[in-house]
Amino acid sequence: MIDSTLTDSSQPESGVPSGVDRRSFEDRPTKVRAENVKAYFGKTQALKGISLDILSNQVTAIIGPSGCGKSTFLRSINRMHETVLGGRIEGKVTLDGQDIYKMDPVSVRRRVGMVFQKPNPFPTMSIFDNVAAGLTFNGLAKRSALGEIVERSLRQAALWDEVKDVLDKNGMSLSGGQQQRLCIARTLAINPEVVLMDEPASALDPLATAKIEELINELKKEYTIVIVTHNMQQAARVSDFTAFLYLGELVEVDRTKEIFTNPRKKQTEDYITGRFG
Amino acid sequence: MRQESPSSALFPVGARVRQRNLGDAVFYRVTQFFAFMILALVAVTAYEMYRTSSASIDAFGFEFIVRSVWDPVRDEYGALPFIFGTVVSSVLSLVLALPLGLGVAIFLSELAPAWLARPISFVVELLAAIPSIVYGLWGFFILVPWLRTSVEPLLIRQFGSFPFFSGAPYGIGMLAAVFILAIMILPIISSISRDVLTAVPISQREAALALGSTSWEATRIAISYSRSGILGATILALGRALGETMAVTMVIGNRPTISASLLEPGYTMASVLANEFTEATSELYISALIEIALILFVITLVVNAIARLLVWSVTRGSEVQQ
Repeated sequence: MIDSTLTDSSQPESGVPSGVDRRSFEDRPTKVRAENVKAYFGKTQALKGISLDILSNQVTAIIGPSGCGKSTFLRSINRMHETVLGGRIEGKVTLDGQDIYKMDPVSVRRRVGMVFQKPNPFPTMSIFDNVAAGLTFNGLAKRSALGEIVERSLRQAALWDEVKDVLDKNGMSLSGGQQQRLCIARTLAINPEVVLMDEPASALDPLATAKIEELINELKKEYTIVIVTHNMQQAARVSDFTAFLYLGELVEVDRTKEIFTNPRKKQTEDYITGRFG
Repeated sequence: MRQESPSSALFPVGARVRQRNLGDAVFYRVTQFFAFMILALVAVTAYEMYRTSSASIDAFGFEFIVRSVWDPVRDEYGALPFIFGTVVSSVLSLVLALPLGLGVAIFLSELAPAWLARPISFVVELLAAIPSIVYGLWGFFILVPWLRTSVEPLLIRQFGSFPFFSGAPYGIGMLAAVFILAIMILPIISSISRDVLTAVPISQREAALALGSTSWEATRIAISYSRSGILGATILALGRALGETMAVTMVIGNRPTISASLLEPGYTMASVLANEFTEATSELYISALIEIALILFVITLVVNAIARLLVWSVTRGSEVQQ
């Protein structure tokens, strides 16, 4: 099975924070730190103790076969896992050193935004109201300030030019790719620090996918991004770091370039070369 | 609409197909016949009621629905008190039951833990299964005395100066009918609303929660998502209240008067039909009763048509562009 203690000294020094072995990278601060995170659905254990550092203003991709716990891990970072019936987390997740499981979940989710697999705009709302939804929930912005924030968010999500004349139209009138960028804009509007993306392009066509990937590259200037993806080419294209999860355990995490060219673990190599999964 | 698209997709009735496959053609025709039977039934019912009420229609004309007199001895008939009683009792019961039912639905679908939601849902659905005569008996022996001795004297003391609560505490009357109807339509509103709220995709709730909404705000998103279904439940409940006969008959007092006071007795269209149909002696009397039935029929049709329109206008905006 998997060797989860990644302290094997015979391996080449790559300076990568992996498993229990943490070293800093290029002086980038750690934004999110998971320490021995275990997740359960009722009695089923989905994560068997994941320890992982997510660095600030970097894109961290999480790859692995279906059911390996990628999404669950992502959802443990913004406390969405516990909204599922029977969902339970053990271990510790910190955001800038603060334990998120000791914070109010609402404020955690305001700092850690999430984009889902399928575009899920609110169907009863206009494009404008969709983007403003998070702000009106929280009563964060004055009505007058909304317009500015909506425009900024839509620009950041590279959707502004396509929708600026139809902001009153229903969000569902957009194409799938536009809807997903609308959801990204909605997430950015609340100005989170971390953006989690759960296979954000898996329901989209190649052109829309390319747009989202381009966007991710842009967004990391301002946000820390964690993306779960099934698509290894996508991980290779968009991410700085890649973590490989298998059966609820972290097999390996490294710079994306290293993972894809020179994986240290046989399992990782087998997965990325398509020998199993 | 729902019946049309699958059948036309599954059984294209192009001439060639019909020739080639006798079985499909027969199946298509047979099911089509059943479907048209429904239309025919409605049409025949309406026509028969119109035909048999012609004596009354000829005698009173349009006046029938604005006249307040109901005097079988002198053969003078008018439907206004019954229309008033039906509409007022139904609408007021809806006003009472809607917030209650919606509250129950929200609690069951959003907040209650499973061990609590299941038994409560079961009991709520059980309420819908109780025969209306049982509600009527309960109303007559429990609700009415309670209203007479406790609620109505209090209302008169506190709000007696308002015309709605003036008069004597009879117990029997419009208020009792409103209460009974509210209890009877509550399960319709709450169980359908609960179903449509439960059917809201999890992605909608997650979208709201992930934006940092509180559970109340996530619930508001769910309500907004399912508003057409909730509207449908409400109209269905209104339809039930409009047509409810037995329980109302037993508590409303059955006096064809129009009074602003909820404490006064009233009469509904369904009740007058149930009470007087067997005793109607003259041809005009029977005809007038059937005309009332026709009016009730038309009102329920119109209510349902309005409901469809409302649901359509609400959902139209949210449909995915094709």
